[in-house]
Amino acid sequence: MNILVCVKRVPDTAENEIEVRPDGTDIRREDLVYSVNEWDNYAVEEAIQIAERTGGTVTVATVGDADAEEVVRREMAMGAQQGLMLTDPAFEGSDGRGIAEILKAAVQRGRYDLVLCGAQADDGAGQVGGMLAALLDWPYASLVNRIEVLEGQRLRIGREIEGGNQEMSEIELPCVLSIQTGINEPRYVGIRGIRKVASVEIPALGASELGLDPSRVGRAACRVRKLDYFVPPAGAGAEILQGSPEEIAARLVDLLKAKGGLK
Amino acid sequence: MTAQVFAFIPHANSRIDDAAPELAAAARQLAPGAPVTALVAGDGAGVEAVCAEAVRFFPEVWKFAAAELAYPNAELLRPLLSRVLPRGAIVLFSHNTLAMDLGPGLAVKLDAAYLPDIVAFEAPEGQVLRAVRQEFNGQVSTHVACDLSGGAVITLRAGCFAASEPLAAAGRVVDRSADAQGLAARRRFLEVVPAEVGDVDITKEEVLVSVGRGIGDKENLPVAEDLAEALGAVVSCSRPVVDAKWLDKSRQVGTSGKTVKPKVYLALGISGSFQHMGGIKGNPFIVAVNKNPKAPIFQVAQVGVVADVLEFAPVLAEAVRKAR
Ligand SMILES: Cc1cc2nc3c(=O)[nH]c(=O)nc-3n(C[C@H](O)[C@H](O)[C@H](O)COP(=O)(O)OP(=O)(O)OC[C@H]3O[C@@H](n4cnc5c(N)ncnc54)[C@H](O)[C@@H]3O)c2cc1C
Ligand SMILES: Nc1ncnc2c1ncn2[C@@H]1O[C@H](COP(=O)(O)O)[C@@H](O)[C@H]1O
Repeated sequence: MNILVCVKRVPDTAENEIEVRPDGTDIRREDLVYSVNEWDNYAVEEAIQIAERTGGTVTVATVGDADAEEVVRREMAMGAQQGLMLTDPAFEGSDGRGIAEILKAAVQRGRYDLVLCGAQADDGAGQVGGMLAALLDWPYASLVNRIEVLEGQRLRIGREIEGGNQEMSEIELPCVLSIQTGINEPRYVGIRGIRKVASVEIPALGASELGLDPSRVGRAACRVRKLDYFVPPAGAGAEILQGSPEEIAARLVDLLKAKGGLK
Repeated sequence: MTAQVFAFIPHANSRIDDAAPELAAAARQLAPGAPVTALVAGDGAGVEAVCAEAVRFFPEVWKFAAAELAYPNAELLRPLLSRVLPRGAIVLFSHNTLAMDLGPGLAVKLDAAYLPDIVAFEAPEGQVLRAVRQEFNGQVSTHVACDLSGGAVITLRAGCFAASEPLAAAGRVVDRSADAQGLAARRRFLEVVPAEVGDVDITKEEVLVSVGRGIGDKENLPVAEDLAEALGAVVSCSRPVVDAKWLDKSRQVGTSGKTVKPKVYLALGISGSFQHMGGIKGNPFIVAVNKNPKAPIFQVAQVGVVADVLEFAPVLAEAVRKAR
C-alpha cells in the first residue's frame, strides 16, 4: 500500500509557553521550539507499520516554508521513504481549505491508496483531512484509533468517539483518515537516524508544478481570516497560594479538610 | 442577513443532547428574525421522540427518517445534507466527534466557509461574522472573521453558549424522509465497542489526584500515587498520560475518557484543555499545581499553586500525613 502522510510544523506546546505579541498580530515566535504536530507523528508511525505489514511506501508531505523541511526530515528518519515540500509564496496565509487544495494537487500527482492526516494541529481546527477527502471525493474518517487492512481494498477502522467508546466501520480504499493520538507508540528518533537522512534530496513543488490555480489558495482565497491574537481578561480565576512550599501545603491541608478532600 | 439558518440536532438514546437548546439560542442570535430550522436524522421511534423534543426549541424541524440513519454515519449524513440544504445556508453543529467527522467535508460540498469550535461570536455585520476561537489548547484566543456570503458550517463548543428556553408555542415537524432515500456510502458502520472497564472506577471517587503531561515521565508517577495514598484518593489523568501508556485508559478524565464528579480534584501538571475539563462535572473544588502561572487551568480552578509538581507534591503529601 502506498501511503501519503500530511504533516505540519508547529510550536511545541510541551516545550513553550505560548504568548501573544504586544500588538496582538501574532504569538511571540522568536524563541519558540518547533516540532512536528503531535497527531501527525502518530499518523507517520501508523503508516510505517502498515507499509511494513503490506509492503509499499510512505511519503511525508508538508505545506510550508523552507523551515518546515526539518519536520519532513525527522519523519523520514522514522522510516518514511520519501518527502515532499509543498512550498510557494502563493501558499502563504492559506486557510484550511487552501491547505487542502494544495494537498489534493499533491495526492493527484502520485498513486496513493491511503492518505493520513492528524486529527488536529496547533489551531485546533481539525479540518484539513475532511476537506481533502471531500475535494478528492474519497471516503473519510476522523479520530481514527485503529486500522486493520482487509482483503479487497478495504480497511476495518475504529474511530474514537465520546466517552472513549470506539466506533467500528469498514471503509473502501482509497480513503483519507485522520489519526487520533494513542493509536500506537511512535518510535524514537535518535540523532543517528536524523543524520542518516540529512543529505536526502527532498523535492519541492510550487503552484505551477502542482498545476494549482493560485486564486484558490493563499490569503486572498480565505473565507475565514484570523484578525488578532489575545488573552481573554482573567475572570475570578484561582486564588494563587503564596509562601514557602510548606506554608502553601499547610494552607492547602486546611482547605482540603474543609472541602472533604481529606478522608 | 437573510440566509436560512439550520441547526443539526445531536441525539442519543432517543433524547436530544444538552447542546440542542444552545444551538437554538445561538442560531437566533446569529440571524435575528431569520427562520431557524432544526435537522433531525435517525430512525424509528427514536427519531420521532427526538423531533417531539426539538419542536420545543425550534419553530420548524426537518425530520429525516431512514433505516440507514439509525446510527449517525457522517459519510451518509454529508451527502444527505448537501442534497437538502439550500445554497448559502448557515448550518450550526455542536463541536463533537460527529461534527468533526462531518463538518469539514460538508463545507467543501456546500462550497461554504468552515468555522470550527467557536466559543463566542458577535452579531454579524453584513456578511461577516466575528467569532472567538482558541488555539494551542486554550493558551491563547483569536478573533476570526468568517465570510458568510457563500454560507457556512459552524461548530460551537458545548457549554459556551447560553441554552434557549423552550418556545412559547411549539414548532412543527416537516417530514423530509423522502429526501433520505437511496443514500450510499463507501464507509459502513459496524458496531460501537464500549470503553474498557479498569481496575478502579474513577467516576465514583470523591477525591481525585489527576496527573498530566507535566508529570514528565512514568517514573515520576509514584509522586502522585503517594499523595493520593496520603489523601485516601485515587489517581486519574489527562490524555497524554494514557497515550504514553503510563496509565490505563480507564483512568483518563475528559470528553474521550471518563466523566467524573468528585468533591475535590487536584490537577497536577495539567494545562486545562476543554476536552479535559469537559469530563469534570458537579463543580468540584479544583486545586491546580502547575509551573506555568498562565496555564488555562488557573482560570477554572478555585485554588492554584505555581510550582514544579515533582517538588510540591511530596511536601503536600507530608503535610497531609502530619495533619492526620
Ligand atoms: C477529539 C479529542 C478528544 C480529546 N479528549 C481528551 C480527554 O478525554 N482528556 C484529556 O485530558 N485530553 C483530551 N484531549 C487532548 C487535549 O486536547 C489536550 O491535548 C490534553 O488534555 C492535554 O493534556 P495535559 O494538560 O496533560 O498536557 P499539556 O497541555 O501538555 O499540559 C501540561 C501542563 O503541565 C505543566 N507542567 C509541565 N511540567 C511541569 C512540572 N514539572 N510541574 C508542574 N507543571 C508542569 C505545563 O505548564 C502545562 O500546563 C482530546 C483531544 C482531542 C482532539
Ligand atoms: N501546512 C500543512 N501541511 C501538511 N499537512 C497539514 C498542514 N496543515 C494541516 N495539515 C494536516 O491536517 C491535519 C489537521 O490540521 P488542521 O486541520 O489544521 O487542524 C494535520 O494534523 C496535518 O495532517
